[in-house]
Amino acid sequence: MEKHKIQYETIRFNLNGEDVERTVDVRASLTDLLRNDFRMTSVKKGCEVGECGACNVLIDGEAFNSCIYLAVWAQGKRVRTLEGLLGPNGELSDIQQAFVDEAAIQCGFCTPGFLLTAVEILESGKEYTDEELRKLLSGHLCRCTGYENILRAVKKTMYRRLGKV
Amino acid sequence: MYDMKALYQAKSVKDAVALRLAHPEAQIIAGGSDVLVQMREGKRAGAELISIQALDEIRGVSMEEDGTLRIGSLTSFSHITRDPLIQKYINVLGEAVDQVGGPQIRNIGTIGGNTCNGVTSADSASTLFAWDAVVELTGPEGVRRQPIQEFYIKAGKVDLREGEIQTAILIPKESYERCFGHYIKYAMRNAMDIATLGTSVNVRLSADKKTVERARVAFGVAGPVPLRAGTAEKAAAGQPLTMDLADRFAQAVKEDIHPRDSWRAAKDFRLHIAVESAKRAFIESVRLAGGAF
Repeated sequence: MEKHKIQYETIRFNLNGEDVERTVDVRASLTDLLRNDFRMTSVKKGCEVGECGACNVLIDGEAFNSCIYLAVWAQGKRVRTLEGLLGPNGELSDIQQAFVDEAAIQCGFCTPGFLLTAVEILESGKEYTDEELRKLLSGHLCRCTGYENILRAVKKTMYRRLGKV
Repeated sequence: MYDMKALYQAKSVKDAVALRLAHPEAQIIAGGSDVLVQMREGKRAGAELISIQALDEIRGVSMEEDGTLRIGSLTSFSHITRDPLIQKYINVLGEAVDQVGGPQIRNIGTIGGNTCNGVTSADSASTLFAWDAVVELTGPEGVRRQPIQEFYIKAGKVDLREGEIQTAILIPKESYERCFGHYIKYAMRNAMDIATLGTSVNVRLSADKKTVERARVAFGVAGPVPLRAGTAEKAAAGQPLTMDLADRFAQAVKEDIHPRDSWRAAKDFRLHIAVESAKRAFIESVRLAGGAF
């Protein structure tokens, strides 16, 4: 096997509102970077091939599976993880509380990914039908609860934010 | 960690061409939803990658002076679906790419990657075939344009030459003007699935909406590469709009397609859904064009 040098690159990006800089191995995925370098352990390693959505994060406001996103691509981007949803004293955000209230959680492994997709949905400021919400949430697998409670949590928060409750 | 030998990050299209020439063995990576997954599976283990991810100059949809619709190769599926120009002139393409994978995949997957990997099941491909899309390739000699039907050579192989990268997909004005289309993806699941068959039909009706001026139909997974069904198109061109025509058009697609047996579906089943999908997509296209049976 041919030997080769490990290649590093220094990147700067914004993580949950804070500007950060890291020198990263170019072979790393964004999941690797967030978990190993920043201890953002809400970013779960699930399938690692972009199917299950457990590693989902927001990059410039859009949901991405960080397992199939090279860490070096985060250069200049705004990255948000579940940790960024908390208030200054660790308070839950409205969508997190809704997941608790609706029992949309069992083992919790899929939850951070679902929550960030929910944030993308909610921040669009639009009102969606159930069918549209199901489609928007379809990039996540939950093996415990089924999806009804998750759908209900997102829907209730959507109506609350739109002032329609 | 991905098992890659080296990563070269292009800073401009010109830079990407230079990197392609310097590293002819390297694999181009755009969004990564195919390449990184294949790498994880070990198929491309130890490969060198040329990343074109940062090339914002080939991202986005615009209208050229002569009315050609230009879709930058790095435009993601979700951006294509949301784009007002796409919605106005070729809405079916936005609908088709809205059926790729799931939401996160549609945020990262690009139309350039979807066509360059040369697979027959690509959700964008049948619609691009059906609308006579033109592929723009930029290489050391400059820019060349090629009809998408000639771009596909065989399964998994497209006509991407030494030093080239795909920079845009173009839809000529003559192709989209007064045309309305519909795409049907037949798959086992609603999300995160690959098409068993993809059918894209579009029609242009006469001013009085009584005659089909032109109908075009293309399929994915009805052969090793996406393909047009010319016999059906000829059968419909210039014909008065009737339900009988919809039937004849749909039956005629069997003349040109050659699906195979695979673990996803049997050949006979694919033939069956090809006819049914062609009929339904034709009827819906006519409805969108303002016609009635």
